[in-house]
Amino acid sequence: MAFISKRNKRREREIQKALNNRLELVKEGFTRRDLIKMGLMTSAGVLIAKGGLTHAQWGGHNGSSCYGNNCNVGCSPQPAQVFIDPMPIPPELPARPLTDPGLTFGAAPQQFPFNTINPATGLPYEGRGQYNGTLRPGTDFFQFFTQYPTQKYYVERIRANNNFRFTSDTNIPAQTIWGFNLGGSATSDVATMPGPTVVSHYQEPWLIRRYNELPTQSQNGGFGVPEMSTHLHNFHTAPESDGGPCRYFFRGQYFDQYFTGQQAGFASTHQPNGDINESLSSLWYHDHRIDHTAENTYKGLAGFHLIFNQFDTGNETTGFRLPSYPQYDVPIMLNDKLLDPSTGLLCFDSFNFKGLLGDIQLANGIIQPFFNVSQRRYRFRVLNGGPSRFYELFLTDPLTPSTQIPFWVIADDGNLLPTPIQVTSIRLGVAERYDIIIDFNAVKSLIGSHTKVRLENRLIQDDGQGPSCDLFSAGQGMSCVEFRIGSPVTDNSVNPATHPVFYQLPSVITPRITRNFNFDRDNGQWVINGKFANCNELRFTVKQNSAENWLWSNPRSDWQHPIHVHLEEHQILSRSNNGGRRFSYSHHSRRAGPGSPDWRSHGDCAFGGGGGGISTTRPNVPNVEVSRKDVTRLQANEDVKVFFRFRDFQGDWAMHCHNTIHEDHAMMLLFQVQPGVTDNNQNP
Amino acid sequence: MAKMTRRNWLAVAGATTAAVGANSVFAQEPTPASTHNYNFQKISPRELIQRRHLPNVELITQDNQKVHFYTDLVKDRRVVIQFMFARCKDICPVITHHLVEVQKILKDRVGRDIFFYSITLSPEEDSPRDLKAYAKMHGVGQGWTFLTGKPDDILLLRKSLGFFYDDPKEDADRNNHSGMLVVGTEPLMRWAMCQGGAAPDWIATVIRTEADAPLTGSVDGIRQTDPAVRLKRAPQSPKDPNAMHRHGSMRE
Repeated sequence: MAFISKRNKRREREIQKALNNRLELVKEGFTRRDLIKMGLMTSAGVLIAKGGLTHAQWGGHNGSSCYGNNCNVGCSPQPAQVFIDPMPIPPELPARPLTDPGLTFGAAPQQFPFNTINPATGLPYEGRGQYNGTLRPGTDFFQFFTQYPTQKYYVERIRANNNFRFTSDTNIPAQTIWGFNLGGSATSDVATMPGPTVVSHYQEPWLIRRYNELPTQSQNGGFGVPEMSTHLHNFHTAPESDGGPCRYFFRGQYFDQYFTGQQAGFASTHQPNGDINESLSSLWYHDHRIDHTAENTYKGLAGFHLIFNQFDTGNETTGFRLPSYPQYDVPIMLNDKLLDPSTGLLCFDSFNFKGLLGDIQLANGIIQPFFNVSQRRYRFRVLNGGPSRFYELFLTDPLTPSTQIPFWVIADDGNLLPTPIQVTSIRLGVAERYDIIIDFNAVKSLIGSHTKVRLENRLIQDDGQGPSCDLFSAGQGMSCVEFRIGSPVTDNSVNPATHPVFYQLPSVITPRITRNFNFDRDNGQWVINGKFANCNELRFTVKQNSAENWLWSNPRSDWQHPIHVHLEEHQILSRSNNGGRRFSYSHHSRRAGPGSPDWRSHGDCAFGGGGGGISTTRPNVPNVEVSRKDVTRLQANEDVKVFFRFRDFQGDWAMHCHNTIHEDHAMMLLFQVQPGVTDNNQNP
Repeated sequence: MAKMTRRNWLAVAGATTAAVGANSVFAQEPTPASTHNYNFQKISPRELIQRRHLPNVELITQDNQKVHFYTDLVKDRRVVIQFMFARCKDICPVITHHLVEVQKILKDRVGRDIFFYSITLSPEEDSPRDLKAYAKMHGVGQGWTFLTGKPDDILLLRKSLGFFYDDPKEDADRNNHSGMLVVGTEPLMRWAMCQGGAAPDWIATVIRTEADAPLTGSVDGIRQTDPAVRLKRAPQSPKDPNAMHRHGSMRE
């Protein structure tokens, strides 16, 4: 190999050596805890020299360690200090008049896509109507556009920001991220991560025009493609505005997305405004470009979208009296990232197929920030923004970690529960959300003279496949945000302990059909019912305005998948352990049986409810998941039965794993909803 | 309702700036040091990808030619890379068949501006002659190179490109090897994976959307006026890293 430089050779030897070390340890069946016990690893996670391998510090045991100084867990440069920056709250996206230049460019928003060629780009002005990047003339006009006239118009420009800081610590250099701006054309209107928060109100239909102003492909800094599809995650949306995986648009184009602003059922069971019990609260928008969602969202293309109505008003003196937005109603987007040890810049491994874990923890784009709160109730809308990590979040007093600090769940996946549920932890797969109420007055009485509590992720996760069964001890996990508790202030918000009643769960009716979906792996390729993703194949057809049960199965013991379905929410009817109809290699080699060192490190241990209990009517479903959901964790060896309605719209939507790495590789299918169709395929 | 603007976001987020140090109790958190002496370098992202994922190992083609993986096969090119072995009875024939179909759909682009590479997982037993016979048996056309090499080099290549499993036992089972295809445009740092088991028309669509974005016509077939189709045959060993740009194929 005379052509390889000495430096390359040396690095290759290092890679191989580190790999061999790691594989050797894994082969021996050692867990991180065992290694600590044996004194081979320090409590900080550094593997004591065994030929130079430095082990991952966070979430890196067994699965991934810093070898070869690569873009990998354990390798990221770290800030000298954490909790030094306040947690930012994304700005609210301003509505714009139709005369705004952002809305007059090309053509004013219209029902049919404006596909006239823009001579400046050679492409249609508007990207709506494209599928697989190619124009399909005459398609993707807005459904219900004239019945529910638009009341609010918004603009966002999707851009790079080359001077974004994850921390004020200058050890970590300024970064290039891709994000959304406030809609202005001036360069001073920079893109942020998370993007601006869109705030909507039910019965006020809105339209968002997004411009793709991303850099050229060759200016991507190593990852990211400048092609976008902006999915509004959880809204009841027609395909042309949903931002699905196959409807992406290019640099130089804009894309209008119209939303009826009505609850599900508006054109079927509950005309004309929908079922109030189908109201959604905490949504988010993110890139969904097929095969590239992981890198694009990782680069920053995500933001919150909140929707209020006459009950969930954003004002704590009216309606359900939930804490007022925005002072006491705060979205928190959690992401884990990797920084390149060579350059200090955000890095992404495009050749990773199992799932990507980071060792830099962000909340609203900042490394482990603090957040000043008063002694009163706050509503936090907590989102797992991915790419692959699962979280189990606790409140921890860093000075007395053993103190159990309860809080309240009021919404699962942004959908208000019938009534609040008290918990001590919440578990979130990628894209799951919980709205929680923390009463810092009550917290203060628990922690005495102490003034800080931290939102701490204690779930042990070795690799991108899914979490282990185990938790770190309190205070030993990763703190995402530090809350600093100030003085008491007026609190007019409802006390969850009084068991206020929110929406009723929509009724579960007899389904027209039950369909089975097996999420598996075939020669390293993701399959659903043994079949592969394909934008050109609509796998099955649901009869419009009908109800179905879907049974999702995961036959594997060491992979977990947060399954997301577009169009309408589902309810979990049951969870059950299927006994592991198929064991993976890891299962055999790493889990010999009870008593073996790795018995619990991967396996069929479902989330226990976080102290909120298990439903008495829905088998093995935690009470906090007796809700309307749009993402459900399909845990190891698990069957999950869910109930769906498919109302109002026609067209095609996606179902996919929301571990964005699995999604891109490509655990996904498309289905369609059409009237008058009888597709009785139970294993589509 | 109060509007949250950019001007007041930090004000709401927290007005005090009480200093807080790292708490060493938090063993699972990255250990913050009091001072850092990071000596970050300016390395182009393209070079980092090359260093980490595209090793320049020496390989041998089915025609017994020595080639270097990065400089001769990948650099400045659009590529589709997969792993197989000649005696594989299960997945390889399926994926090879799919790629033959894809090659028909892409017509003469394969070998002109898109290059297919199949790398053996069994360098010990797959000689160039075996690979040539395999290619002939499956009706493989031009622009599709089968490769073998030293076992250590193949291993490095496989791991660098992500075609491996963490579990050693699983990884050692050749019949369970990854059926993914890596689809890349090296000079543009654009890399994707596609399932080799997927329908050929979809694989072709992925390859073309990766290669030609933004598209201006149909991708399902070669009906469109495609700037890349006009591309002259790429030089075998381009010396100029911007060669593809100058040929106009990297339309942006």
